[in-house]
Parts: sequence; C-alpha cells; structure tokens
Amino acid sequence: MSDAHNNDEHGGELATVGPIANPGLPEHQWRPTDVDPAKEKRAERQVSALFGLSAVCVILFAISYFTLDIGDNWHVVGGFGASTMALGATLGLALLFIGVGVIHWARKLMGDHEISELRHPARSSDEDREATVNALTVGIEESGIGRRPLIRNSLLLSVGLLSVPGVLLLRDLGPLPGKKLYHTIWGSGTADKPMRIVRDGIWTPILASDLEDGDLVNCQPDALHNPERYGIDPTEVEGVNLQIHKSKASLVLLRMDPKDIKPGKDAKGNSRENWDVNGIVAYSKICTHVGCPISLNERTTHHLLCPCHQSTFDLADSGKVVFGPAGRPLPQLPIAIDDEGYLVAQSDFDEPVGPSFWERDYYDRW
Amino acid sequence: MRLLNRSAGRLSRHRRGPLAGLVVLVLGLLLTGGLYAAFAPAQADSNADQEALVKEGRELFLVGCAFCHGQNGEGVLTQGGTQYGPALTDVGAAAVDFQVGTGRMPMAQPGAQAPRKEVVYNDEEIAALSAYVASLGTGPAIPDGDLYDTENPGDLNGDGKQDDEDRELLVVRGGQIFLANCTACHNFEGSGGAMPRGGYAPKIRGVDSKHIYEAMLTGPQSMDTFSDGNIPPEDKKAVIAYLETLDKAPSYSGFTLGGLGPVSEGIIAWIGGIGVLVGFAVWIAAHTTRSSKQKDEAAA
Repeated sequence: MSDAHNNDEHGGELATVGPIANPGLPEHQWRPTDVDPAKEKRAERQVSALFGLSAVCVILFAISYFTLDIGDNWHVVGGFGASTMALGATLGLALLFIGVGVIHWARKLMGDHEISELRHPARSSDEDREATVNALTVGIEESGIGRRPLIRNSLLLSVGLLSVPGVLLLRDLGPLPGKKLYHTIWGSGTADKPMRIVRDGIWTPILASDLEDGDLVNCQPDALHNPERYGIDPTEVEGVNLQIHKSKASLVLLRMDPKDIKPGKDAKGNSRENWDVNGIVAYSKICTHVGCPISLNERTTHHLLCPCHQSTFDLADSGKVVFGPAGRPLPQLPIAIDDEGYLVAQSDFDEPVGPSFWERDYYDRW
Repeated sequence: MRLLNRSAGRLSRHRRGPLAGLVVLVLGLLLTGGLYAAFAPAQADSNADQEALVKEGRELFLVGCAFCHGQNGEGVLTQGGTQYGPALTDVGAAAVDFQVGTGRMPMAQPGAQAPRKEVVYNDEEIAALSAYVASLGTGPAIPDGDLYDTENPGDLNGDGKQDDEDRELLVVRGGQIFLANCTACHNFEGSGGAMPRGGYAPKIRGVDSKHIYEAMLTGPQSMDTFSDGNIPPEDKKAVIAYLETLDKAPSYSGFTLGGLGPVSEGIIAWIGGIGVLVGFAVWIAAHTTRSSKQKDEAAA
C-alpha cells in the first residue's frame, strides 16, 4: 500500500517537473519489396522456387522409396543405410522448404502493418467489479436456488450420481490386492519337492558345490518353467501370470566368504544364520523403492546398486540400505540344498517384496 | 623256430635259479629307465621352459608390478589399512592375461578403477607374467582357444553336424544369458554404464573374445565372477557369440549415439534438435528485419 502511494507521489513529482511531449511512433519504414517492384518480383520468384524445391524433394522421396532396398543396404552411405538417409533427408527437406517458403512469403510480401497496443492496468475498475458482483447476486437471487429446495436437491442428486459412471468404468482397477503382495511362487514348493532355484533365461538348476566365491547368478523359481513338478497348473505361469510371478519372484544369488556375512533377524526376530548355504545368499531382485529389477553388484563390497535412483543395499548385512531413497532392506530368501545338491528355497520370503504399499502394515497390525 | 624253442627252453630251465629274480629285476629297471629316457625328455624340456618362463615373469614382475602388489604378489596395504595393490596369490593366469593384455595393468596412477589403455607388454612378456603369477597359487588358467571359438558352436540342435543353424541357436542362447546377467551393468548393447563411487562398467563391444572369456572367469576389479559352475564354458561361448553378432549388426536407426539409451537420445533431441530449430527461428526474425531497414535507408 505504501509502495503504491510512493509510486503515485513519484509520478506526480515527475509530472510537476515538466511533461515531455509524446513523440509518437517513429515513421514507418517500408521494406525493399514494398518500394522496389523489381525486388518484389524477385521475392515472389524465391518463394515459388522454395515451394518447387519441396515438390522435387517429395518426388525424390517417392523414387528412393521404390528404388532403394529398405533394410538391405545398411553399409551404403557411411553405415547409416542408403534408404534411411534418402527417405529421411528428402522428406525432411520437403517439409523444411515449405516452412521456409511460407516464412519468406510472410516477411517479404504479405501486408506490412505496424500495430501498437497500449498496456492497461490488470485490475478492473471498481465500478466493473461492483457491477460483476451485483450481476452474480441478482443471478443467484433470480434462479431461486435458495427458495426452491426441490430443484436444488434434485440437482445435487443428479450431479452426485454422475460419479457412478466413473466408478463403473474404473472399477477394474480394483479390487485391492489383499494378501497377494505378501506371497510369491517361492512358497509353492512342497516338503519332498522344495522350490528349486534356476538360472534366469536358461532355466538350469544350480549345484551349490559349483559356485565359487564372488559368483553372482540371476535366478527365477523352477516352477515358472516346470510347473508340473510342483503340482501347479501350467496356465498359472503363462502370459500375464508369468510376468506377475517374475515381477515378484526374481532373485539374485551371491556367493561370498561366509565370514563376511552378518546374519540379521527375520520378521519374527529369529536369527537368519541358517538362511545361507556356505556363503551363498539369495535376495529379492526387486528394489524396495519403486520396484526396479536390480543386479548391479560390486563383488568387492557386496553392494547392490539400483540403477533407477541409486538405492544401494549391503547384501552381506541382510540387504540393509546403505544409500539412496529405498525405505526398507532388500528381502532375503532363506535357501538350502536338496537331496541332489541343487539350491532350493527353504520357504517363501518372510515379508512382501518390492516397494511399500498402503496396506502393508495394516495386516501386520490386525 | 627251433632256435627260439631251444633258447626259450633254456631260459625256462633256469627260471627258478638263485639269480633269476635279480636278473628280472635288473631287466625291469633297465626297461623302465630306457622307456623314460625315450619318452620323457620332451616333458623335462617343457618343465625347464616353464621354469625359465616363470623366472622371466618374476623379473618382469619385480620391475613392473611389485611396487603395488608386493615382491611376492602378497599385496600391499596403505598406512590407513586399505588395499594399495591386492594380493595376486590366487588370481590365476587368466586374470593377469586379462589385466595386462587389455592394458589395465600396470596402472598409470591409483584411482577408482583401472582404465583400459594401450598395452605395455608384448605377448611373450604377458605369457611370462601370467606364468609367474599362476605359480604363486591357485586360480583359473588362460582359456584354450576352442572355448571361445564361436565358429565351432558344437552340435546344438542334435542333427549330427555343425552348421549355421547351430550357430544361430548359440547366439540366441547367448542373448538370453547376456540379458539376464550382463545388461544390468554393461547396458543392453554392451556400451557400459556407471557404478558407485566413481567406478564404471566398461564398454564390452569390440573386445577380444579371449578377454571377454577371462573377464567372466575372473571378475576383474568390482565385477562379479561367472565361474564355470555359474555359467558353464559352452554358455560363455554363447555369450561371446552374441556379442560378436551385436558387433556385426548394422545400426538400424542411423546414429547409435553411443548406444546409451534414452539419456543420450534425449540430450540430442532437446539440445540438438529443438535447439537448432529455435536458433533458426531467431535467425529468421533477426536477419530479415535488419536487412529491410538497411535497404529502406538506401532507397530513401
């Protein structure tokens, strides 16, 4: 308020010193094409030449489309492919020439008017503001929304009911996952056929005795490739279901010096000392921050780095977060070996894998 | 025949004589010694060669490596207790062949990671260094050429012969293993990527097949190892076949921009592409206005 006052005063002072005559706008300077007919003709020819070049480029595009073998000449023209280069260059130039022609036309030949617009204060005048408020009040008064409760209530009802189509259309986002996020297919092994840990991509089981210190294996549960062995319906591990299982069950397996491992506590507070096999430990591959798959491991430090937001987990120390935004340690899978010496899961993870979710602690509390 | 029978009979008569056992023993010893003399020299020579190689390697080691790795490859600790040069007692010949053969060792200066650079030693010297370090303890040997010879994929489809179909199967299998195990650090095209604390996973395109094999086997620097129990030799060959195929594949979209994915592509599109368009638009506006003024004054 005081600023505005000062400004007014300042302006007033200036005005009293002596007004400067408004010099008006400078005289309009015409373009060469406006005053010289020869130049006007020349510009006209230039514009039409640009449009003509565009047409030529389109013809060249059509020719190169039919004459150059698409996908079969990758080593012509510096390894970029003659077809790619020709199609891209001709189409790009055709568009560019039209654009340049239009701009040239507008700047050299189209009408050349100077327009000056004066700036007004952004605030409306007090009269305008009052009139607007009056009009609004009169409108509300005349609609009778306060006097006619029947109309008001039926309007509220109809607008409220408009939420129903939204709910119907979006209902397939639900239902809530319930306890699904708490389980993975690792828990589907049986006492005589515990779930084997197999190499991702090639599905071969892993002999514990084959691994050496420093080895890292990216793994999946055997059931995704071999469901019958565990009495699982094959359709359970096909298509979308397969992706869902993989997104929860992917595993990184590491062998390190058993002396390096600091066994932590499981969800019930018991020690995890029997969760590894001679220094082989298994952790969920899904980052607990937003669920990126991670296997960027540093052998020398046992630190597993997530490439998305640089969360870093210490796999020698129960998957503890040592850096980055992840809020929870990486879940560890307790492992053992079966009769034939292959690595198997002792049970499912004892906590949900992947990022946190709203209901996560709800079930734990109730 | 008669002579043979007679001498055999004479021998037979004396077979229980007091000196017969001694004669047989002497004959046996002579035979063994003679056979050894006939067949063993090659072996003895190669042992001598090996000893000479190890000796030569030790001399090279004392000059070029011992400062960081210790005079007997036992490693050197700094005063702060951190590792200056790690112990080389159980790294094996393959690790030396990789580190020295790609120029990573000897390091020019201490740092987060040894960069790949020009190779300092020649092939014989690398062989000598490898032999010396291998003699210090256990560790993987330098792999045989057959192990990474992708022209011999083996009979993968079981039709009794090796052909292009087998090689294709090898490449596909290699691709699956590569995508599951390597892309996390080395990128989907093998272009490499960043790792914590100034480290990085190097670009693995255009690297000698032997060195790729050795890297999997030994896990250089911070890399995990992929021992033969982790990825069997035939699957290592598959990964190498896949990388060779990547090298040969044309760049289908023109510029690869380093094969680094959306980051390099986005930078080029926003700064290069849109930047050039904005610059062009500014140039159009500035250029035409100025020229019209000058020409107008000339006309006036």
